This record gives sequence, structure tokens and C-alpha cells, in this order.
Amino acid sequence: MESPNLKYINQLAAGDAAVKEELIHIIKTEFPEEKKEYCKSIESGDFSRIAEIIHRVKHKISILGLIEGYEIANVFEYNLRNSDLKGKAAFEKVLMAITAYIKTI
Amino acid sequence: MKCIIIDDEKIARVILQTRCDEIDSLEVLEDFPNAIEAIKYLNRNRVDLIFLDIHMPKFNGLDFIRSLKNPPKIILITSNPNFAIEAFEYDFIVDYLLKPVQSDRFKKAIEKAKRKNLTFISSEPNSSVKEIENDFYVSIDRRLIKIDLPSIYLIEAKGDYIKIKTENKDYIVHSTLKKIEEKLPDSLFLKIHRSFIINIKKIIDIEDNSVLIKKDVIPVSRSKRPELMKRLDLL
Repeated sequence: MESPNLKYINQLAAGDAAVKEELIHIIKTEFPEEKKEYCKSIESGDFSRIAEIIHRVKHKISILGLIEGYEIANVFEYNLRNSDLKGKAAFEKVLMAITAYIKTI
Repeated sequence: MKCIIIDDEKIARVILQTRCDEIDSLEVLEDFPNAIEAIKYLNRNRVDLIFLDIHMPKFNGLDFIRSLKNPPKIILITSNPNFAIEAFEYDFIVDYLLKPVQSDRFKKAIEKAKRKNLTFISSEPNSSVKEIENDFYVSIDRRLIKIDLPSIYLIEAKGDYIKIKTENKDYIVHSTLKKIEEKLPDSLFLKIHRSFIINIKKIIDIEDNSVLIKKDVIPVSRSKRPELMKRLDLL
């Protein structure tokens, strides 16, 4: 399975440490909150709310270089908009990979 | 160009700001986490370009576009090109960028925005400057497909649809000939019949009442023939 990485952030920052730090800070601050919101919305079974959260999270997934992860999120978001939870397990694996990764950066 | 950024995601705003910083001719005046704040700002300030996220909660990018009275150029930012389809009905939409925004693609979009400004400036009579957009977008099955304008050789009306024939592929689009005619540059395209627009540079042969383009023989209306002949003189 692919691994999260900082390739996009490094390219964007182009050596500017402040930009890199700001982007990482946003991910480290917002992602855990979005994951919590995701878990809550899964419990409540609010499909449109889950899809909204995934829509937000998937930008971070692509920023962290997870091309397959982004596709998984896309498929799950699409399924949710049709009231279908298919793709949940795969998406949650992506969330776990990011959770572990952001502790290292 | 003076610009503003509208996106509910903070990280998206930072990324766009960083991309804008790479281009000297761009000045970011403000960024906004929602469209309502941006509207208030635009009531008091003039900008040349807006980077607009389409998918925002409550008041989304499309709502914002519909609310504008004198819209500047807009570049759409989206995770999903399907959300941008409706917005492409508007002439002031320059391009759309997928998240996360890539440097090369960003620069191309800015060049397009500059060209659009140039076209506007040079639209006075006798101006020798003429910029032609090299591509445009059509929506097919909820997807935006980019078509290279010079590659189009024929557009045919088919009821509620039009068939766009290019060097490589044909496209069926839900639109009218009149609508697409307005978007095409006069220097390349001419409506020669109520059901046909042709790329005049692709004409192989002309007979009295028809032209040969690729393998298609297209009728020329009697009323359109003088205009066609006049255009060919210019080639």
C-alpha cells in the first residue's frame, strides 16, 4: 500500500520553511478533528454529513500524496451520496495510515 | 492582476496564496473562508480575478457566481470537475483547477486569465492584437471535456444536441449551434448553413453549393456563400 508523504508540500514550499510548517500545522490540527467528526457522523448514520466530511478530508489525502487513497475516498463519498456505505473499510484504512503518519511529522 | 481567494478550507487558501506568490503579476488582496464575506468585500472593492471554491457549505460557489452583478474573471477550484459544469455556462469563468493545485496547471490558468483580459482590451476596431483561446470545455455525461479549438473541423446541429467533429474524435453535446457559435473565434469558424459550422482552415474543396471538409460534404446556404467567399479571400 502507498504511504503518505510530503512530496507535494515540499514542492509547494520550495524551500520556504514557514510555508511547509504552516501546511503541516494545519493538517496536524484539522485532520484529528475531522476524523472525530467522521466517527461521530458514522455513529449517527448521517450519510450526507459523512460525505461532507470526506469531501474535506480527501483534499488532505491528496496533499499527502495518497493517490489510491484519494480514489478510495472519492468512491466512498459517491456511495454515501447514494446512501450506501460500501467502501467504508477501505476509507478507514486510509484514515489510519494518515493518523499514524502525522505523528511522525 | 488583483485577486481574492474564496475557499472554506484553510489549507486550500494557504496553497493558493503560495501559488499566487510565485507569480509577480498577481496580488492577493484578501482571502475568505466563505462567499458571503467575499460579496461584502466586492461591494466595496474592485478585483480582476477570483479564485473560487465551488464546493462550500450553505452558500456555495455557484450561488456566489449567480449573485455577482459585474463579475471579474473567475478561476474555479474544485475536487470534483462535475461541480464546475454548470459554472462553465458563464463567459467570465476562465478555467478550473483541481485540488491540490499543481504549479504548471496554475500557471496555465493565469495565462488564460491574462489572455482573456487582453482580448477584452484589444476588441476595439482595427486593433491588430487578437488573442484566440486554444481550447474550450464541453460538458458530456457530467464530465468536463477539454477540446482543442483548432482541431475542430465541423459542428453539426442534431436536434437538441450538437455533434462536434475533431481530428481525433467526435463529441455529442447537449447544446445549440447558436450557443456554441457565440463562443467560437470568427477567425476560424463560420456558420455556412443553419445546421453546420465549419472550421474554414480545414476546407479541402469548394463547389457551388457545398464544401468538402475531411470526408464530409457540407451544404452552403445561398445566403452564407458571399461571407464564406469573403473569408477565404483573407486566408
